[in-house]
Amino acid sequence: MDLNTIWFILIIIILTGYAILDGFDFGVGIIHLLNKSDEDRRLSINSIGPLWDGNEVWLVVGGGALFAAFPEVYATVFSGFYNAFIILLVMLLFRGVAIEFRSKSPLPKWRKFWDVCFSLGSLGASLIFGIALGNLARGVPLDSNKNITSGFADLLNPYSLLVGLTAVSLLTLHGAIYLVMKTEGETQKNISRHIKKMIFVFIFLYAVTTISTFIYQPHLLDVFKKNFWLGIIPLASLLLVLNIPREIHFGREFLAFLSSSGTIALLIGLVAVGIFPNIVQSFPDPQNSLNIYNSASTKSTLTTMLIIACIGAPLVISYTSVVYWIFRGKVKLDENSY
Amino acid sequence: MDEAVIFLSRLQFALTNIFHYFYPPFSIGLGVFLVITEGLYLKTKNSVWLQITRFWTKVFALTFTIGVATGIPMEFQFGTNWAAYSRYVGDVFGSALAAEGIFAFFLESGFLAILVFGSGKVSRKFHYFSTIMVCLGAHFSAVWIVVANSWMQTPAGFEIVMGPNGMRAEITDFWSMVFNPSSVIRLMHVITGCWLAGSFFVMSVSAWYILKKKHLPFAESSMKVALIFALVVSLSQVFISGDLSGKSVHKYQPSKFAAMEGHWKSGSPADMVLFGYIDKEKGETIGPKIPGLTSWLIDRDAELPVKGLDSIPVNERPPLQITFQSYHLMISIGVLLILLSASGCFLWWRGKLFDSKYLLWIFVFSVLLPVFANTAGWITAEVGRQPWIVYGLMRTAEGVSPTLSQSQLYFSNILFFLLYLSLFAVFVYVLDRKIKHGPDPADESEPIVKLPVKLREILNFRKDKI
Ligand code: HDD
Ligand code: HEM
Ligand code: HEM
Repeated sequence: MDLNTIWFILIIIILTGYAILDGFDFGVGIIHLLNKSDEDRRLSINSIGPLWDGNEVWLVVGGGALFAAFPEVYATVFSGFYNAFIILLVMLLFRGVAIEFRSKSPLPKWRKFWDVCFSLGSLGASLIFGIALGNLARGVPLDSNKNITSGFADLLNPYSLLVGLTAVSLLTLHGAIYLVMKTEGETQKNISRHIKKMIFVFIFLYAVTTISTFIYQPHLLDVFKKNFWLGIIPLASLLLVLNIPREIHFGREFLAFLSSSGTIALLIGLVAVGIFPNIVQSFPDPQNSLNIYNSASTKSTLTTMLIIACIGAPLVISYTSVVYWIFRGKVKLDENSY
Repeated sequence: MDEAVIFLSRLQFALTNIFHYFYPPFSIGLGVFLVITEGLYLKTKNSVWLQITRFWTKVFALTFTIGVATGIPMEFQFGTNWAAYSRYVGDVFGSALAAEGIFAFFLESGFLAILVFGSGKVSRKFHYFSTIMVCLGAHFSAVWIVVANSWMQTPAGFEIVMGPNGMRAEITDFWSMVFNPSSVIRLMHVITGCWLAGSFFVMSVSAWYILKKKHLPFAESSMKVALIFALVVSLSQVFISGDLSGKSVHKYQPSKFAAMEGHWKSGSPADMVLFGYIDKEKGETIGPKIPGLTSWLIDRDAELPVKGLDSIPVNERPPLQITFQSYHLMISIGVLLILLSASGCFLWWRGKLFDSKYLLWIFVFSVLLPVFANTAGWITAEVGRQPWIVYGLMRTAEGVSPTLSQSQLYFSNILFFLLYLSLFAVFVYVLDRKIKHGPDPADESEPIVKLPVKLREILNFRKDKI
């Protein structure tokens, strides 16, 4: 395996980590308004209170790693999806400050405003991430200077919107499972009531997406035709999805959470396997695609970065685990809470 | 390239960066303050220190969150607005940004959770360890981004090569990229600037409580720690790192230096212009001057000839007035901060600090001074670098994303501007509530011991009583 492939995999891993971890923050945000009482809302915010910020760092690291390893992709994607990206940044911004500000004043109007910001920010951000994933899978028009030539409206094509909705429903489910895992009593019951519906919606969207991929994006399937064993990925993801209601039924929330995390990872993995070795596929002119070679930094930078990653990753993993360990168990409100 | 797109991209970058840079200096400065006060608490078990630590931890969390929220757009703007630049320098510049995420942001955000939510869940010692890690993390956040910026100011350790899609800069030596000629000096100056912001923040709130006769043991102890810190740091800001920064700019960026100092005639010694303005038409700088002082400061030689604006082609000059004025604003504030912290210490020495209404009122507002100085300093550095985005290599106008349209930029500029402005308003509102609410009462079960009223008493004040 060469350095470029390693970095492709590493970036996919970072982005998957981001999607799983910040994904449950988004999910908690999307269903935030389902919590009716102020106490429930505080509980739901505090369930991610100590964690969301560290989760967001995965995105920052992913962005930095993409810039360093594949600067062409970084430049092309962010300048080409300018409006979508600016909106995404605004959503992320609102989501973050809403968590911090909400409990800083007891005024009901104030709290309501930030509740809505938190919820809409989470919803919008998940949708945009999903749409971006859809477009990456589908391909975007690139010219020979590797610039994206389509506009904002083209991003909202039916296929990508479908992927966007699927992502939202998956993250909603993921967040709901997380909340069930972190809360108890009435709060927990209130959320559990919705989980069945969420699973149903997700499985439905997942099926539609899969079918449309077969029909409209056959290029993603080439690799599976050549390497039949890769079929394991979609198969495993199907099993994981079906496993969620089972674990919920037996009250094994943590296993359900692992299953939804696995589903997220496999979904991203499917796209990654489908587009490899391209990163941004050009459609309709495939020769303009950005792949892991023509968009990459030099060998020496990739090597330096790999050293940095090898030093950094154990550190990051160890203190992330410490934090998750300290804040394990059900949330309780105390004087330090939001 | 469309001029308006270039202008608006620059405006957006400048605005978002200035807004972002409003918060991190407080976090970095308060980080050090928290390490000091929590350390004092563990050493003396005097519960005032605990009360102080708790209160400022909450303020820290607030500035941190907004720092994070405003920082994330920054990280992606290199791609959204400066795509051509990103393609050109990605090989060199990107690794610093990635390193920042791995080494700094994870550290800071992880341990901050323990600081804010973890008391009661972890031991005191581990809590203190987390405080130290948060402080370190905040400092590391500054390290890599400043290294990246310094590379843009004084590029080193690279060569220009034909890449897969055109010419680009490629790393030849990682360490000389990291330790380019200005990074260590700039880092010292930036960090101490942050410490000043933190200490004046603490002093401002404490002075207000003292004036209102509220939370006195809390406010007086905070004030004293911050005052000593401010005096030491402001002196080093001006006489050590400021001095070195000036020399470094003189050596590596002569056009910026000439604009900062308003020096026109090449070959003649540079005068120190105390204040005034640059008259572009006449080609001179108007205002009171001390002959030869700038030259003397560079090399202890008042006759040293300095390159002037007259030998720099007009299209390679930075915007003169902005560079000159913001530089002079920073310098004036630097001197003012020394005067303020010195007079505070002097009055404390005499035991009169807490009765001097005027000075306390000045302290209440003085928190703005380091903020202005920091911003002015960055404006000097960044505007003075123009017309280059990477000094001597790539012009700012060449760095802009080729795909952008004016309407996109109007959209994003207005959006960011309104958003950041309202964010700032909310920040002030929440901070104001926090300050009015005051610190939670100190734990009565542990002794409260005041610091001595006179600074000189500290010298024979026994350790166990602090
Ligand atoms: C509280 C903040 C503060 C104060 C009091 C000062 N500075 Fe400063 N200065 C900064 C905060 C700052 C900064 C924000 O940290 C900058 C912006 C970019 C940088 O490298 O540091 C800066 C930049 C900066 C530069 C430009 C560096 C470059 O463009 O490469 C010079 C020459 C100086 N400073 C010199 C001084 C001198 C001689 C001062 C004292 C009289 C002084 N500064 C006070
Ligand atoms: C340390 C990291 C920083 C980096 C890498 C950086 C980089 C840049 C870049 C790429 C531009 C756009 C090109 C240009 O117009 O010059 C720019 C402009 C600018 N930045 Fe920075 N910047 C940094 C920090 C800051 C900070 C902290 C501030 C302010 C507080 C700041 C203030 C400005 C201003 C005022 C401009 C506009 C200059 C002009 O257009 O004339 N920068 N900077
Ligand atoms: C163009 C320049 C800059 C970029 C792209 C940038 C990027 C970022 C990002 C992405 C974050 C959020 C990190 C997180 O999620 O935890 C952040 C926060 C932070 N940044 Fe910046 N930054 C820039 C300039 C600076 C400068 C010049 C400094 C300090 C000297 C600085 C200090 C910090 C600190 C301390 C934080 C943590 C939040 C806080 O403590 O307020 N940044 N920055």
